[in-house]
Amino acid sequence: MAITRAEVLHVARLARLALTEEEIARFQEQLSAILEAVGKVDELDLSGVEPTAHPLELSNVWGADEPRPSIDVEEALANAPDREGSYFRVPPA
Amino acid sequence: MTWEPVIGCEIHVHLKTQTKMFCRCATGFGAPENSSTCPVCLAHPGVLPVPNERAIEWTIKLGLALGCDIAPRAVFHRKNYFYPDNPKGYQISQYDEPLCMSGSFLLPGVGGDTEIGIVRAHLEEDAAKNVHMGGGEGRIHGADRTLVDFNRAGMPLVEIVTQPHLRSSEQTKRFLQLLRQTVRELGISDAEMQEGSMRFDVNVSVRPEGSDELRTRTELKNINSFNFAAQGIEREIQRQIAIYEGGGEVVQETLHFVPGQEHAAPLRSKEEAQDYRYLPEPDLVPIEPPAEMVEQARAELGELPSARIRRLETELDFGLAEGLVTSGRDGLYERTPGDRRAVANVVMNELAAAGLDPTEVNGEELGKLVEARDRIPREAFMKALGASGDGDFKAEDYLGEAVIADESELDPVIERILAANDENVAAYRAGKQGLLGFFVGQVMKETGGKADPKVVNTRLRELLDRS
Ligand SMILES: [Zn+2]
Repeated sequence: MAITRAEVLHVARLARLALTEEEIARFQEQLSAILEAVGKVDELDLSGVEPTAHPLELSNVWGADEPRPSIDVEEALANAPDREGSYFRVPPA
Repeated sequence: MTWEPVIGCEIHVHLKTQTKMFCRCATGFGAPENSSTCPVCLAHPGVLPVPNERAIEWTIKLGLALGCDIAPRAVFHRKNYFYPDNPKGYQISQYDEPLCMSGSFLLPGVGGDTEIGIVRAHLEEDAAKNVHMGGGEGRIHGADRTLVDFNRAGMPLVEIVTQPHLRSSEQTKRFLQLLRQTVRELGISDAEMQEGSMRFDVNVSVRPEGSDELRTRTELKNINSFNFAAQGIEREIQRQIAIYEGGGEVVQETLHFVPGQEHAAPLRSKEEAQDYRYLPEPDLVPIEPPAEMVEQARAELGELPSARIRRLETELDFGLAEGLVTSGRDGLYERTPGDRRAVANVVMNELAAAGLDPTEVNGEELGKLVEARDRIPREAFMKALGASGDGDFKAEDYLGEAVIADESELDPVIERILAANDENVAAYRAGKQGLLGFFVGQVMKETGGKADPKVVNTRLRELLDRS
């Protein structure tokens, strides 16, 4: 398979996911299948082709440095799982 | 063996744009927590970033001042990591196609210029501010909860990376000071370390003098004072030398500098595996800096501080020239006529000690004051200097009032006082020398404090001793 068990665990760790043994095996299979499918591109001769980061033929899209109103603090905190005063509160980092 | 330090820096500078990098929330130091936020900088689902044009212009301007090539095409990347300071799960930054590359910064020194290579200068967004609670003094260790303020999240930040071309803690400090002044003069950042609008990381290694190898380096993180930088680097140099001379090996690590602490403490890593999985930001299109934008920025550069140090050095010594420029006092120095060294000393020392903002001082008037410095009493000079930042300050108001140094004017006053105090005069002449202070006091009283105490002292002695 294109993806090793160790690579699955590494990616899971980076994404802060705890996986069961069954999931590790399943994701190893699925991720490998995805990589193999994308690997089809390697069959083409791409020597003269620039990497594409973006499908649009656009550049220099930006906005002027002029402030617009922010949202209200209460609105900002409305979906917070926990708060302390006007701070978001999260488990110790 | 003689060891040579090899030092490189990463400098982060907040741009003082009015709005954040990818949304139009207002920037600003000291706003109530989470009052400057919106769905973009809080990373709500479905939002899209819009880059700040001025931040791009200013990064280009900085790149030009650092002698960089401005990329014909630059791209934003996502830097992925999980931490409560990063609501999206990635920071928008630049990776292999930054705006500015391959620069060279001239650091003047006593023995000539040193070229400090600039690897790159790129634009990114700052993270939110975390406050770690319950562990004592906001330290991460032992905290039981973390509070998050998103006002800082998304503020435009430029990261400047140097080549490891610095060779001592003192030289690094001078480099950082000159870089800070350059950034400030470009008008793109306050670069205030107390407010966190400038901070730096320093990489340190050592090698046998004459070798060109690069040994294992350690990184000092989040330094926000020039003196701490110099102290921290010096300590790290000595620590590494001691390890090598003891037959050991330096371990690559990140150290958090704590002022006053003997050793920098290893920093807990944000991401144990430093695997940021950079990928091109699909929500943003590339930047292809238009020629007009680059030329406009170049036209605005003006004479850079490093060049000005060299110019001023021709009329002063190097230390004074560098001190004036890196403290932002050279403008006043140049506006003030008179003996160059005397002006430089007053601007650099006395005026600084008086706590005056040099931009508010009228150079012409200060020049008159400097010219009179040796003729007038010290107190009168300092009093006038203290007032020299006032908008309507006129030196002659103080010079006129300050001194009666003319003997022909003072002698009649002194003689009158001696005649009216004949008992004290007799006592003085009989050996009570301490009475001199009494006579000086009487003369000052009589002249409303305007007599030059030096002249009064001299004349009093002469007249009393003449008997
Ligand atoms: Zn915002």
